[in-house]
Parts: sequence; C-alpha cells; structure tokens
Amino acid sequence: MRALKNLVFLLLFFVPVLAFAAPEETKEDAPEFDVTGMIMHHIGDAYDFHIISFTNGRGEKVHVSLPLPVIIWHEGHLQIFMSSRFQGGAALVAAGDDYLKLYHEKVYLTDAEGTIYYDDAHQVLNPKPLNLSITKNVASMLLASLLLAMVFISVARVYAKRGGLSVPKGLQLAIEPVVLYIRDDIVGAQIDKDKVNKFLPFLLTVFFFIWFNNMLGLIPFFPGGANMSGNISFTLTLAVFTFFATNLFGSRHYWKEILWPPGAPVYVKLFLIPIEFIGMFTKPFALMLRLFANITAGHIIVLSLTSIIFVLQSIYVAPLSVLLSLMIFSLEFLVALLQAYIFTLLSALFIGLAVNEHH
Amino acid sequence: MEGMSLTVIGLGIIVLGASLGIGRIGQAAMEAMARQPEISSKIQTAMIVIAALIEGAALFAIVVAWLKG
Repeated sequence: MRALKNLVFLLLFFVPVLAFAAPEETKEDAPEFDVTGMIMHHIGDAYDFHIISFTNGRGEKVHVSLPLPVIIWHEGHLQIFMSSRFQGGAALVAAGDDYLKLYHEKVYLTDAEGTIYYDDAHQVLNPKPLNLSITKNVASMLLASLLLAMVFISVARVYAKRGGLSVPKGLQLAIEPVVLYIRDDIVGAQIDKDKVNKFLPFLLTVFFFIWFNNMLGLIPFFPGGANMSGNISFTLTLAVFTFFATNLFGSRHYWKEILWPPGAPVYVKLFLIPIEFIGMFTKPFALMLRLFANITAGHIIVLSLTSIIFVLQSIYVAPLSVLLSLMIFSLEFLVALLQAYIFTLLSALFIGLAVNEHH
Repeated sequence: MEGMSLTVIGLGIIVLGASLGIGRIGQAAMEAMARQPEISSKIQTAMIVIAALIEGAALFAIVVAWLKG
C-alpha cells in the first residue's frame, strides 16, 4: 500500500512536465526535431570531428568541424586523404576503377554516379573497402593514449630520479595512491602474491585507459565528447585481451574444472562440461557488454534530457532539463570511475580464478 | 510499433528484476558492514562481484530484447 502511495507521488512529480508541453501546439510550422537521429549521430562514429554548428546572419546553417584523415586500402592501393573531400557525402572520391561515397557516416564503394543499392529491409548492399581511417573515435582514443603517456612518463621520470621510496610530490601524489590501491586491494586480493607483478601492468593499463577514455567522452566540447568507451569494438578488444590473459595462463586446475569437473558423478559431469565451456566465453562477453552499455546509456540519457527542451520547444522546461542533465552528468563522473574499477576488478578475478594455485 | 512497445515492456521487466536483485545485495552488504566494519572492504568486493553477475544476466536479456525488437 505504501509502495502504491510512493508511486502516485512519483507520478505527481511529472505533472509539471506535462503542463509545460502545452505551448508546443502553437508552433506547428517549426521543423520537427529529430531526437533519435541527433542522439544516434552523437554516440556513433564519424569521419570528422564536429566542433560547432550555428545559424549565421543570413539564416544559413554553418557546421564547423575538423576533417580527419581517411585511409582506404582498395585493389592494392593505399589512399590517404582528408574527409573534407567527401563534402559531407555530396562528392565522390575516385579509388581505382570504383568510387568512394560517404553515406550515413560510412564509406561505400559505388559506381561513377554514386548509386546506393538497398535490399528489402533497407540495408545498404554496396561493398565496403578495407577502411583504416582515423575516425572521431580513433582520434579520441589516440588523444587519451597521448594524455596517459604524458602523465605516466612524467611520473615515472620522477621515480627514476628521486627513487621509489621518496616522498611523492606533484602528479605523483595523484597517481601513487590509485596505483597502490589497484595493486593491493584489487589485483592483490584476487591473484596470488607471486603472480601479481605478471598481470599488474595489463590491469593498470586497462584501468587508466578506460578511465581516461570515459572522462574524455564526458567533456561536452571539441577535443572530447566522442563515445569511445561506449563503442562495442573498443570494449570487445579489451575483453578479448582479458580472455587471452585468462586462458593462456590458466593452470592445470582451471582446465580440469572446465574439461572434467571434479567431485561430481559422471552424468552431472557431462552436463557441466558444456556449461563450463560456454562460461569461458560469457565472462568476457559480459565484460564487453557492461562497459559498452553503461557508457552508451550515460551519453544517451544526458542527450535525451537536454533534448526535452527542443522536443517540447519551450523555454520553461529548460531549468528542469538542465538540472536533470547536470545531475546525471555528475553521476556519470562516478560511473566513469566505477566502470573502469569494475572492469579491472572482474578481469583480475577471472585471471585469479584461472592462474591461482589450488588451495 | 506493437513489437516496439512489447520490447519496451520487456526491458522494463528486465530492469525491474535486476534492480530488485542488486538492491537486495546492497541491503545485505550494508547490514553485514554495519555488523562487522573491520571486513567491510572484503564485503564490498564480494558485493560488487555479485552485482556484476546480476548485471551481466540483465545485460544479456537487454541485448536479446534489443536485437529481437
């Protein structure tokens, strides 16, 4: 009964939102705002780094963006050019006998007219070339790597100069406690003491790389804002690393648990083997999905809350919308750290389960 | 459109189940920490691992719902 009352109260909180929706009907001539398209564009990859869009004095829409290099390998030729040559999809670029066309942020091979073929489900049928381009996500990842290298090389230099046991100062003060926490409380608690140093470099790299990428993704303007750690290929690569670290260094006991689980009757064993075998793959698969889903969901929520203003086309929702966005935004700073922590902790746990001596 | 709304209801049920489970874990962990504060870091690790397992199951379901819907 109390739960029902709480639910009613919760619904009452949304009444003001509905009230604000009223003025929308007076603006029927205004172009409809495509929320899904905008959000999908923001969380997807792109061939240029969008900086700002505005309407100039003559009422024309101006998009300012940084073109990024497109690298295509087609029919034995390497082609490198800036993405501005596509002119946002309007122009074709010759590649051997074929032409390259930018269509919905993807590069396809077409004929000289740039025809795009579809199947019944409106999927593009044109073939794609081997594409090694520096896209927005790749540029953001390179920036994060550069930042990581700058921070850690400068800290490592100080340790080399002043000795590992000196009193930390400057950037050391920020980095040392985090590294020690990961070594002692995350990795040290899951992996045997004599094997910690073998896996610590990988796990530290994973932690800081995910964290830096998450934080860069949260910066809402130019050098940040790419949805890098919310890209499934990125999280897939990290999860594959964990998969190999787990299975390549797995002990005899680990493989025995999978291939012939001890302490069970034979018919249970036959039942357990496929489950254990699938479990080998579901663990990294869940790692991949968790990071992808959490970061992408964060981006989508912030963008949706901001677009309430444009959907309702009313300035009166702006305070509510900005307040909610800010709340979720500050939560996302926590999530950025938490997801890096959970990825590292679970990787350490899986590696620990595989490599630890049987007690 | 009908498939879409069914998917959304399914997603709601998935999230409801996962949040109930994670809520119970959080409650149990808080109580355990209050009783034995000296091992709270161990409890915290175990709490996060179990929450991650539930989250994993929920994510699988969400992805399936998403692909089917």
